[in-house]
Amino acid sequence: MMNEMRAALSIFDLTKTYSSGLAALKGVTLEVRQGEFFGLLGPNGAGKTTIIGIITSLVNKSGGSVKVFGIDIDQDFAAAKRLIGVVPQEFNFSIFEKVQDIVCQQAGYYGIARAEALVRSEKYLKKLGLWNKRNVAARELSGGMKRRLMIARGLVHEPKLLILDEPTAGVDVELRRGMWDFLAELNRAGRTIILTTHYLEEAEVLCNQIAIIAGGRIIENTNKRELLRKLDKETFILDSKAPIASILPLEDASFTLIDSTTIEATFGKKQSLNRVFEHLNSQDIIVESMRNKANRLEELFMAMVEE
Amino acid sequence: MNSNLICFLTIARRETTRIFRIWVQTLLPPVITMTLYFIIFGSFIGSQLRAVNGYDYMAFIAPGLIMMAIITNSYTNTVSSFFSTKFQRNIEELLVSPTPNGVIILGYIAGGMVRGMSVGFLVSLVSLFFVRLPLHNVFYILLFAFLTSFVFSLAGMINGIFAKKFDDISIIPTFVITPLTYLGGVFYSISLLPEFWQAVSKANPIIYMVDGFRYGFLGTSDINVLTGVAMLIFFGITLFSVTLYLLKKGIGIRS
Repeated sequence: MMNEMRAALSIFDLTKTYSSGLAALKGVTLEVRQGEFFGLLGPNGAGKTTIIGIITSLVNKSGGSVKVFGIDIDQDFAAAKRLIGVVPQEFNFSIFEKVQDIVCQQAGYYGIARAEALVRSEKYLKKLGLWNKRNVAARELSGGMKRRLMIARGLVHEPKLLILDEPTAGVDVELRRGMWDFLAELNRAGRTIILTTHYLEEAEVLCNQIAIIAGGRIIENTNKRELLRKLDKETFILDSKAPIASILPLEDASFTLIDSTTIEATFGKKQSLNRVFEHLNSQDIIVESMRNKANRLEELFMAMVEE
Repeated sequence: MNSNLICFLTIARRETTRIFRIWVQTLLPPVITMTLYFIIFGSFIGSQLRAVNGYDYMAFIAPGLIMMAIITNSYTNTVSSFFSTKFQRNIEELLVSPTPNGVIILGYIAGGMVRGMSVGFLVSLVSLFFVRLPLHNVFYILLFAFLTSFVFSLAGMINGIFAKKFDDISIIPTFVITPLTYLGGVFYSISLLPEFWQAVSKANPIIYMVDGFRYGFLGTSDINVLTGVAMLIFFGITLFSVTLYLLKKGIGIRS
């Protein structure tokens, strides 16, 4: 009971088989605690959007149970819905309606009186930089603005649990960073957030708890620190100052020449970087710059999903 | 204010705003069409015809034309609006919210009724240019207009729930509603038909709506007016229950 009290979302043995026969979820069990910034990662078709669909009533589950802050959706879905805000992956607002109308209407659907809806829509449209677009038809917004509009709409009833399905897809880097700051601020203010994303850097920066789903099953669910600890190898791209003909081998490391001045170097996490550089230095290879080939979480994710 | 009432008013307001925002598509065309009916059938052809049930032809067809406008526009509004929200996926805004299914239905129906009654009112104004209609019983006029637009808004919503593509929203109006309306006593009194065809005509529900509405203006009817009221209430309750069931099951809107 105490555990349930602390859980923002409890999913137990959730299954979903679509009428086409596709088994999208094969017994998912998951718990998201209050105040967490929870990342749900997985390849396309893994079942992320189906889980969100079931929690928000857009998809009928085949079996299992879902509780939102202890409220079973089979018992009182309306009460559970009041606690959830959702920002879907695809644009799902009327493109003919004005920005503020879309947000105010959503408030109305949650039983918030129009006067209050106007106040709240102003608050969130201002926070998301859309206030000057309030009287513009949604079709006239840029892709990034449309994403922000959906976030404002998802927040207008001030839910305790915010679910974001790929919220920064197609958003440019600067805007994405701005949205990260905004989401992190929401989380710091006490709101539980569940995020699905393709940008694993996003999950690494924002989430403190991460679950990985593949083939309709949860294959990992732990905190970010623990997850990254499982990463035993890292790959870097090194740029050499001068052209290189070949590189001598080194124990517990591998080097591949991508072109005459670019090296792909993979080595164990326990391998000292100094030792690698000394090895290269001894061959008169001067490294001018280096970067991660992929983000750390991405490497781990690929390894897990491929398994 | 009760939260369900706020939900209802929000949907109704959105639907009504839509009707008046695109009035060139929603209000103007039916008024022009009905004006043509008045000119062609009422003035040009009607002037050559003898009185029907004691009223000149223009006075006889005017209530039928108004009712035809109410039927068509109530239906068209909900089917196109509901299908459009499905197509743009903004129906999800409502589905993820705690709005009860019954309130969703009433909100959309309110939109259909506003359009049906608005067009009915505008067509009534147009009719004043052609004929001076008597008002025998205003209560029946309003009751039939209200119940008919309620029933056809519901029918339009059911069509919208099942529609998967734009073609699907015009099949029922073209192949079912228009023929039934034309054969529903708008242009003729069924008492002029042979007995067999009178009996067949009585299987057409629209005849009860047109006849009852006409009774409100002219005070004459081919069928018992209360039978019409009872049928409309029966259709209203049945279609509301069907729509509620479809939404609860998530047919056409949830996977």
